[in-house]
Amino acid sequence: MAMMTSAFPSNGPEMLGGFGMEWLNTEVSTGTTIMATEFDGGVIVGADSRTTTGTYVANRVTDKLTKVTDFIYCCRSGSAADTQAIADIVKYHIEFHRMETGEEPLVNTVANIFKQLCYDNRDQLSAGIIVAGWDKREGGQVYSIPISGMLHRMPFSIGGSGSTYLYGYVDSQYKPKQKKEDALKFVANSVSLAINRDGSSGGIIRLAAISKDGVERFTLTGDQMPKFFEDC
Amino acid sequence: MSSIGTGYDLSASQFSPDGRVFQVEYAQKAVENSGTAIGIRGKDGVVFGVEKLITSKLYEAGDNKRILNIDRHIGAAVAGLNADARHLVDRARVEASSYRSSYGDAIPLKHLTERVSGYVHAHTLYSSVRPFGVSLIIGSMERDGPQMYLIEPSGVSWGYHGCAIGKAKQNAKTEIEKLKMKDMTIKDLVKEVAKIIYIVHDEVKDKSFELELSWVGDITDNKHVLVPPEVFVEAEKYAKLALEESDDSDDEDL
Repeated sequence: MAMMTSAFPSNGPEMLGGFGMEWLNTEVSTGTTIMATEFDGGVIVGADSRTTTGTYVANRVTDKLTKVTDFIYCCRSGSAADTQAIADIVKYHIEFHRMETGEEPLVNTVANIFKQLCYDNRDQLSAGIIVAGWDKREGGQVYSIPISGMLHRMPFSIGGSGSTYLYGYVDSQYKPKQKKEDALKFVANSVSLAINRDGSSGGIIRLAAISKDGVERFTLTGDQMPKFFEDC
Repeated sequence: MSSIGTGYDLSASQFSPDGRVFQVEYAQKAVENSGTAIGIRGKDGVVFGVEKLITSKLYEAGDNKRILNIDRHIGAAVAGLNADARHLVDRARVEASSYRSSYGDAIPLKHLTERVSGYVHAHTLYSSVRPFGVSLIIGSMERDGPQMYLIEPSGVSWGYHGCAIGKAKQNAKTEIEKLKMKDMTIKDLVKEVAKIIYIVHDEVKDKSFELELSWVGDITDNKHVLVPPEVFVEAEKYAKLALEESDDSDDEDL
């Protein structure tokens, strides 16, 4: 089933869709804005909090920033069920790997397991995932795994339906080796802008900063969200 | 000899009353019949040396190598039954490659050692199999420096700075212990390794042998390779010279 669901399913017995009841037979999807960026000493991950079933908001305070290890998080977009299941499986693999090797897993390793699952099952999944975290070897890293299971390391990455509104903004605003506070601001601004334009993104902004000291989590509710031009 | 196992040696899965597993001990014997192999871990890498005994002049030179690659950065020197060794190395290669495809990174040597020694150990537990008649020295350049492990037929494994297996392992260990390998580069060590193989070779019992030398470290870009011809020639020259000198001084003593 399609991911970023159209509001009006047209065929078959799903005619109920025409009466605004499409949430009955539409997939729960995180039509989303997600983002991650490197900064000097770690990474910031950020996301909106809207989960939708068609036009119905199934959850307005979703946590799309999902923990994989103490130092590695993933941002989930696409089917909520698929991405949760994938994250659970990766978590299982990585816990086992940690026990076998006796060392903290690398971000690269986690991203590879995500990729393998996403690629092998690409015909049945709709999952766009960003893996970000910190490890001893490479420091802060961001890996992007878009819909059909490609894996690419980048200094920052955006994903989900809201990201389409953001490419120009992030390309113009990203700076390498930013301070943590500036990087947090960069992500908050981006997600806020996407929320204002993308109908499938909304709610609050969730952020996390990951560094050698672990994870700090933040939430920005309505009044704390960065404000931009809103008149049209 | 016939009373050695007294019936407790028919299966790898049976203990003797005094707590021994004879099949495993026989496997260790198979290793001790083999030509010597040594490995030394220096400050910037690992060097392997093998005394490959040649049992017939009709064999082609350079065949049946006893130094093998497990991954680009991991080398192995073997002693014992060559066919068993090949199987074990093949298994190690599968482990290394499957780790790479699952986790997108080279297998840590410690982890590979655990996998392979687990496999070896499993062959000491069942009546339907026999243990491996092989000892395996594996070494590599890891991110935090050189590492080397020895896996024995029992499935036991240890990390080493220097180790020897095969016929002359006692003599070779004595020679290795004279070295300050922790402060030595593999460029220096490769000569010493060649020398040790020449020293421990028993000219009377085993006529001819082929020397095999390999290394992995900073100067090989962390890849395990046989040493290049010019290094090999130089190391062999050094070994032969040292051997002649010691022979001369032996003569003087007489």
